[in-house]
Amino acid sequence: MPTFLRTHLTALRMLLVMTVILGIAYPLLVTGISQLAFPDRADGSIVKADGKEIGSGLLAQGFDLPKQNPDDPDEQAQPDPKWFQPRPSAGGHDPKSSGASNLGPNSEELLKAVEERRAAVAAFDGVDPASVPPDALTASGSGLDPQISVAYAKQQVQRVAKARGVPAEQLDRLVEKYTDGRSLGFLGQPGVNVLLLNRAVAGLK
Amino acid sequence: MSTTLEPVPHRAAAGLLDPKLLLTSLPDAVKKLDPRVMVKNPVMFVVEVGSVVTTVAAIADPSVFAWAITAWLWLTTVFANLAEAVAEGRGKAQADTLRRTKSDATARRLVDWPASSAEEEVAGTALRLGDHVVVEAGQVIPGDGDVVEGIASVDESAITGESAPVIRESGGDRSAVTGGTKVLSDRIVVRIGSEPGKTFIDRMIALVEGAARQKTPNEIALNILLASLTIVFLIAVVTLQPMATYAGAPQPTVVLVALIVALIPTTIGALLSAIGIAGMDRLVQRNVLAMSGRAVEAAGDVNTLLLDKTGTITLGNRQAAEFRPAGGVTVEELADAAQLSSLADETPEGRSIVVLAKTGYGLRARAQGELAHAEWVPFTAQTRMSGVDLPEGDGRQVRKGAAASVANWVTGHGGSVGPEVAQLVDGISAAGGTPLVVADREGERPPRVLGVIHLKDVVKEGMRERFAELRRMGIKTVMITGDNPLTARAIAEEAGVDDFLAEATPEDKMALIKKEQEGGKLVAMTGDGTNDAPALAQADVGVAMNTGTMAAKEAGNMVDLDSNPTKLIEIVEIGKQLLITRGALTTFSIANDVAKYFAIIPAMFAGVYPGLSHLNIMGLHSPTSAITSAIVFNALVIVGLIPLALRGVKYRPSDAGSLLSRNIGVYGLGGLVVPFLGIKLIDLVVQFVPGLS
Amino acid sequence: MGDTLAGWLQAIALVGALALCYRPLGDYIARLLTTSKHLRAERALYRVVGVDGDADQRWPVYLRSVLAFSALSVLFLYGLIRLQTHLLLSLGVPEMEAHQAWNTAISFTTNTNWQSYSGESAMGHLVQMAGLAVQNFVSAAVGIAVVAALIRGFTRNRTDRVGNFWVDLTRISLRLLLPIAIVFALVLAANGVVQNFHGFHEVTTLTGGQQAVPGGPVASQEVIKLLGTNGGGFYNANSAHPFENPTGFTNLVEVFLLLVIAFSLPRTFGRMVGDHRQGYAIVAVMGLFWVASAALITFFEHQHGGTALQAAGAAMEGKEQRFGIAGSSLFAASTTLTSTGAVNSFHDSYSPFGGGLTIFNMMLGEIAPGGTGSGLYGMLILAVVAVFVAGLMVGRTPEYLGKKLGGREMKFASLYILTTPALVLIGAGTAIALPGERAGMLNSGPHGFSEVLYAFTSAANNNGSAFAGITVNTAWYDTALGLAMVFGRFLPMVFVLALAGSLARQQPVPASAGTLPTHRPLFVGLLSGVVLIVVGLTYFPALALGPIAEGLH
Repeated sequence: MPTFLRTHLTALRMLLVMTVILGIAYPLLVTGISQLAFPDRADGSIVKADGKEIGSGLLAQGFDLPKQNPDDPDEQAQPDPKWFQPRPSAGGHDPKSSGASNLGPNSEELLKAVEERRAAVAAFDGVDPASVPPDALTASGSGLDPQISVAYAKQQVQRVAKARGVPAEQLDRLVEKYTDGRSLGFLGQPGVNVLLLNRAVAGLK
Repeated sequence: MSTTLEPVPHRAAAGLLDPKLLLTSLPDAVKKLDPRVMVKNPVMFVVEVGSVVTTVAAIADPSVFAWAITAWLWLTTVFANLAEAVAEGRGKAQADTLRRTKSDATARRLVDWPASSAEEEVAGTALRLGDHVVVEAGQVIPGDGDVVEGIASVDESAITGESAPVIRESGGDRSAVTGGTKVLSDRIVVRIGSEPGKTFIDRMIALVEGAARQKTPNEIALNILLASLTIVFLIAVVTLQPMATYAGAPQPTVVLVALIVALIPTTIGALLSAIGIAGMDRLVQRNVLAMSGRAVEAAGDVNTLLLDKTGTITLGNRQAAEFRPAGGVTVEELADAAQLSSLADETPEGRSIVVLAKTGYGLRARAQGELAHAEWVPFTAQTRMSGVDLPEGDGRQVRKGAAASVANWVTGHGGSVGPEVAQLVDGISAAGGTPLVVADREGERPPRVLGVIHLKDVVKEGMRERFAELRRMGIKTVMITGDNPLTARAIAEEAGVDDFLAEATPEDKMALIKKEQEGGKLVAMTGDGTNDAPALAQADVGVAMNTGTMAAKEAGNMVDLDSNPTKLIEIVEIGKQLLITRGALTTFSIANDVAKYFAIIPAMFAGVYPGLSHLNIMGLHSPTSAITSAIVFNALVIVGLIPLALRGVKYRPSDAGSLLSRNIGVYGLGGLVVPFLGIKLIDLVVQFVPGLS
Repeated sequence: MGDTLAGWLQAIALVGALALCYRPLGDYIARLLTTSKHLRAERALYRVVGVDGDADQRWPVYLRSVLAFSALSVLFLYGLIRLQTHLLLSLGVPEMEAHQAWNTAISFTTNTNWQSYSGESAMGHLVQMAGLAVQNFVSAAVGIAVVAALIRGFTRNRTDRVGNFWVDLTRISLRLLLPIAIVFALVLAANGVVQNFHGFHEVTTLTGGQQAVPGGPVASQEVIKLLGTNGGGFYNANSAHPFENPTGFTNLVEVFLLLVIAFSLPRTFGRMVGDHRQGYAIVAVMGLFWVASAALITFFEHQHGGTALQAAGAAMEGKEQRFGIAGSSLFAASTTLTSTGAVNSFHDSYSPFGGGLTIFNMMLGEIAPGGTGSGLYGMLILAVVAVFVAGLMVGRTPEYLGKKLGGREMKFASLYILTTPALVLIGAGTAIALPGERAGMLNSGPHGFSEVLYAFTSAANNNGSAFAGITVNTAWYDTALGLAMVFGRFLPMVFVLALAGSLARQQPVPASAGTLPTHRPLFVGLLSGVVLIVVGLTYFPALALGPIAEGLH
């Protein structure tokens, strides 16, 4: 057999062996252990309310009003004042199309979006446009950022309290409760998990 | 043998650049514009092609700017050629001197030597390898070869520049004669050792003219790096055009070519071959002929120097250092006897005894005439003693010589040698010295031993420091000597060499070289005898003495016309200086680009992206003046650096770390800063040129 | 705790963790690459594959093995992707077009992991784990194998053998990458990275809408994506996706993973050449660039230059709340300096200079610390160039670690440093000249050009990240970037292995006081300067028309 062919046959056999070990056995092993040791985490940190699965604690979801006309794709979804709102998403909080806007720092389009969001959020939450925190104005990287900044959460308290007719202090306490600190006290940034906060808000009577 | 270190008068002095040479080399520089010549230098070939392109562009779309750039690009090319032409020009001047000595003398060929002495007249050029010729006083030796019969004094000033005649004789290591040199006295028979046209002088001419010049390995490697940088910059600029078009600022061809030329390493590209030629030239200035550039590079890399003790480390001869009297003898008595026995001894050792007696003991040197009836006993190989017989009293005999010989003489005449004398002798030997025993005999009484003279090798002044310096450079020195190990060790310690090879035979030398080379080391040595030839060939740098045999000269890759073994150290330094010059100018050339970018990029694009004018940190007047200034600087820096390329950068022997930091400081940082100043200065002038402001 | 302090602590913790691993991991890899002992399992594997584990190869044979293995990997992966609709666990994804499948196969085999597809909508689980993740292991192992051959070139004398590729590949995959991957896959899964074989799992949201929660064997792939400096995300959002990188802690773990091997290999190098100081010098240069880049990107992101970012009040566009500026900038610097290309935030939306630095990082040639293996060989090539120029300045013909750098050595080093700039500049220049390809840009003006420049820089340097606004799933981009990846990966390997062969043949020159010391701070500074100047000069015009023009607005 020519050397050329022999080398390629060796390569093929090596690739197949590696595929079995690294492509089949290894992920099966990791899945097996994960499913035994921490099945909730390995299955996506599913959050339940009243026994029903309502989403993943790690993924943002939209808290919008139902569309006027569900068949109109051009209709802009309107935020529901009864809920704490997550960060803007380039993909409409849809896990099937995660991703960012990719608009540049000098993009006219981004500038326009930021200015519109600032006006809209300020009006929606009834605050001074200058005080709206940056995370409320910018789309996240994943489009599924489950958190908002503490400042943005606090800004929304009055509006949600008013819409729901619950005391703002109660919401303040919930915001505090669902604020995740930095990991290990120093890694990353603090943030408020919107889904968990809203689930708690929904439970208020 | 000459020990001249200074360049001889009729050669161009080392390092100086005669401005006139720039002018006289100009025609040669223009001749080199031939693309077939230029293509051998890829960097400058790109500049030439660029010059052609801008010329066409300037004709198609004339403007002051376009013509200014075109003119300066052509000048850049010419300046690069000028560097090479100047370097070669200096060699040509030397070649001419040599050529004048190459006469078309006829030769007296011996038809059937040694069987008969019939001779015939033939042209010098008709001589073949193995022919025998006879040369007599006043005649020019017609070709290279070895003396096979006779002894003669020869004027070799044509080659060495040294006017004192030298002795050439058959047998031994002073048998080689060179064609073109002149016999001053006597008659010799020479066996021709080279084919016509390949004589030593022919090769020397070719070498200094650079005709036989081939790129050295390191030069080739550097050329590869420079070529790849050139390609990178070519690609960077060519692909810049579509990007510039997208940005809304497509660039004129002239500007793009200017950018390419500014970026590619023109400075080193222009000077590279001049540096190599000048390196060989610097060796020639010191009367050393390197047979190849490779040898010069290897000299810079040498790890181990094999140095002959005699002549290199020590003065040629031993000298009397002290008198050690035997018991019951005063030192004055001994000194007096020693002096007496040496009065007629014209050897350097003998003279040094007289000198020591005078300087150490105030004994006036007696003239030989004072001792009218003295009978001098010369040294012979049989007796190994010398001395004098005096008629005073019953007659007195004084002898000095090797311990064993004198002891034989003493005991042979009924005397005895005490153990204390043996102790003295052994002590001196152990210290590396040579003991000479002095004895005398009055009348018919038994002789008595007066004492011992301590002769020792005298290490040349400054050698210790020189070796320490070499050690700092990472070079190991090994002393080669025929002395016994005891003596060798003592001298080695005194001179401060790292190692020594005692009782060295040519085979030992060869073995030592091979051992060093096996460890990856490069070895340099000097040699002159035929039996040195294999070692000279084996060594990475083999410097043959011009006084040596043809075989030695053929085997080595350098010849020292002065036959001065100390020069090996200088050769190493010249090799290093050559490499440093290359590295320094490469660094300088590349570092230059930073400033050129800051001149040219804002000039190209500040129109569409006004923010880029922040990059114009030199505050250049306008885009056209900025680009012109960068190109003018680029051209002028070549001319400005020609003297440095020819002279070589300053080299002070030291360890690698300090050399590196110094050179990075001067040529790296200097290369960054100088063009900022230079371009700004040129811009201050250029901005007043109409059409460029 | 303030953001600044937290940012510093995060950086210190990372540096500390890397420093702790430097010696044990570097030494471990050195042992793997030098021991003559085979494990019993490995012997069995060699029998199955049909190689003699004790036979060293000459460099052309080593190269042929690398190329054959990689070529078959491309074919195998291409086939797998094209056939995935007929395979298990395909989740009903549509068939991928030929040019995109080709681009993807190339991308993962070359350790680039450029993704012109979106993970959650284009790849089934089987292709992800048995195709893509396998290449994540073996392409990383190939990189380390090649640098192992180069180091052997320095350490071996008068031989034409540079090692056995099959043995190197096996040991690196199974004894180095696999154990670390298993441990950290579990660490990630324990912190929320998913690990299952589910498809999309429909839930009813609080407002009564529907949301499809994705699944997949993510943790097992995530870990090797980082450890092997691959970077291809399981999901489109890559490490910004909460299922790939759920917390500040996992973020640090991921940054650690993508740096740890590349930063430990200099130790391996030092150990193999018998002088740890040589390793420290190399790691110092790598560290210098990495620290400077991370600090500068963090600084520029805090400055949030650019009209839109100024309007928003912070550079949070494309960044996740849980990572913030510090956690995102650190990741961005590390991923672009290591040829990883994973992202936890989107570089297209970075400030002009912050984003510009991510491009510049890649332009450095992925050497600080660079990809697994490829980073070290890239750095060693630049060290060869630096030694060549500096070596002359000490008055000797240059030598590095006792090996002379002559014409042959410089030929290969020069070709190496020529390759990627040529690919990047010719690619970007061509793309920007073509009207159809210009249309792929999302942003306009200099930023749009930066997207094109980024794409080719990323592909040719085998990074794989993107200024992701650009639309690259076209036949032209898939083909052109695929070519850039292939040539950017394998041409340098050819030159590196040829250089290794050339070095191994030599008899080393003993060091002396006259030898250029390559372990001192002076050399570290010199090498850094050479890297900066060579790269800076090559790319300055292009950068001037992209990020610099945008930043000096």
